[in-house]
Amino acid sequence: MSERWSPDEIAARLAADLPGGSIVNLGIGMPTLVAAHLPPDRGIVLHSENGIIGLGPPASAEAVDPDLIDAGKTPVTLVRGAAIVDHATSFALIRGGRLDIAVLGAYQVAESGDLANWRVAGEDLGSVGGAMDIAIGARRLFVMMRYLDKDGRSKLVRTCTYPLTARACVKRVYTDLAVIDIAANGFVVRDRAPGVTREALQDATAARLRFLDQPVGATE
Amino acid sequence: MAEVRASPLSSEKLRETADAAVGDVQSGSTVMVGGFGDAGVPFALIDALVRRGVTDLSIVANNCGTGERGLAALFKHGMVRRVYASFPAQAGNGHFAESFRSGRTELVLIPQGTLAERIRAAGAGLGGILTPTGVDTLVAEGKQVVLVDGRSYLLELPLHADVALVRAHTADTSGNLRYRLSSRNFNPVMAMAARCTIAEVERLVEVGALDPDDVHTPGVFVDRLFVAPAGRRE
Repeated sequence: MSERWSPDEIAARLAADLPGGSIVNLGIGMPTLVAAHLPPDRGIVLHSENGIIGLGPPASAEAVDPDLIDAGKTPVTLVRGAAIVDHATSFALIRGGRLDIAVLGAYQVAESGDLANWRVAGEDLGSVGGAMDIAIGARRLFVMMRYLDKDGRSKLVRTCTYPLTARACVKRVYTDLAVIDIAANGFVVRDRAPGVTREALQDATAARLRFLDQPVGATE
Repeated sequence: MAEVRASPLSSEKLRETADAAVGDVQSGSTVMVGGFGDAGVPFALIDALVRRGVTDLSIVANNCGTGERGLAALFKHGMVRRVYASFPAQAGNGHFAESFRSGRTELVLIPQGTLAERIRAAGAGLGGILTPTGVDTLVAEGKQVVLVDGRSYLLELPLHADVALVRAHTADTSGNLRYRLSSRNFNPVMAMAARCTIAEVERLVEVGALDPDDVHTPGVFVDRLFVAPAGRRE
C-alpha cells in the first residue's frame, strides 16, 4: 500500500461531508477526532449519549468540572445554547429520528451494511454501550476506522464474523486508504488515498469493490 | 425495607450518616446505582453499602466501576451475584472482570438506551417496551420479536429494584431533587423504579427554596436523603 491518510486527515474529510445544521454523535475513539475539524460556520450540533445536546471542546485542565463529561468520560465543555437531558430522553433523541448522523468505530463492516463493533469474536467480555441504539437510530451512520485490523486483515467483509451491532445500518466508511459507500450492490469506492491503486485496494479487501467512476453492474 | 414511608412533603427523610441511609438494605436485593462514569455516582452510599457487607446483590448500573472505589468495590468484596449493565468492560475495571471470570458474577448485557427504557418502564408502571435496538444480535436471544407496521421490535421487560441509590446536586428536605449537568444521566429514571430510593446530595435546602419548575425528581419518589458535599470522588 502507498501513502495513508492520517487519522486527522480522515477526520477532516469526514467533517467536510457533514451537512450544515445537523445533529451529530461522534463515537468513542477515532471518531472523536472529527470534532476538531468541524467548520465553525456550519451550525453543527454535537450530541453525547450521556445527555448532552451541544457538546463543546474538551475542558482545559483548570476548567475541569467532574459533573461534565462526555460519553467517553472525558471532561468537556458546553456550547452556548446547550441542553442537558436524562438518559431516557437522550436515547429517545437517538431512536426517535432526531440524530442526523452518527460516526462509530468498527471491527467489521459487511457489504450489506451490517456493523460489528462491540466485541471481538472469541472474547468473553464486550461493552455494547450505546452503539446498538445509535446504529439503528441515526438517520445516517458513518464508520471511521483503519482499513485493516492490527493483524493486517480486511475489516470490510462479505459477512461479519464478529457479534453484530445492527444489520444494514452503515452508509459510508472513512478509512486511511479509501472512502467507501455501502450501496444496494455492495461496497462502492468514492475516493482513494494518494498512490492507492484500485488493484491494491481490491487485493487488501475481503469483499468485492466497485468504483464510483465505474458503470453500475460492470465488472473489473 | 421500611414498610412505612415518610409523607412526601415531610422532612423525616434526612439521615445523619450514609450508613443509616442504607442500614436496612438486605442481602439478595436488587440495587440500582445511578451515574455514568464517575459523574452522578453516589460514592458515599456505595461506601456505606460496602461497610454493611451485604451479599448476593443484583446491581443495575451503566458501568461496573473502575479503580478501587464505587461499583468496583462491590465486585472487589464479592457482593454482586448478577449485574445488569451496558458498558461493563473498560480500562481499569479489574475487580469486575475478576468477579465475572471467576463465575461469581453473572453479566446481563443491555444496550444503553434499552437499559434506560427498561428502568423507565418499571417506574412508569408499564409491562415492557418495544425497541428496534438489538434485533438480530446476541442481545435478542430468548426475547420475543413483535412486528409493528412491518418493523421488528424486541419486547423488553421492565427492570424493577428494591433500592435505588442516586446522586443529585440539590435537594430540599422533602426530597425534591435537582441534578447538575451530565451527572443527571440514569439518576431520574432509577429514582422512579425502586421501592426505596435513597438520594445522596451535594447540598440541602429548605422546602420552598427550589423553584417547582426546577425540580427534576419530585420528592414523592425519594424516601431518604443523605448530604455528602465532597463525598463523590477519590
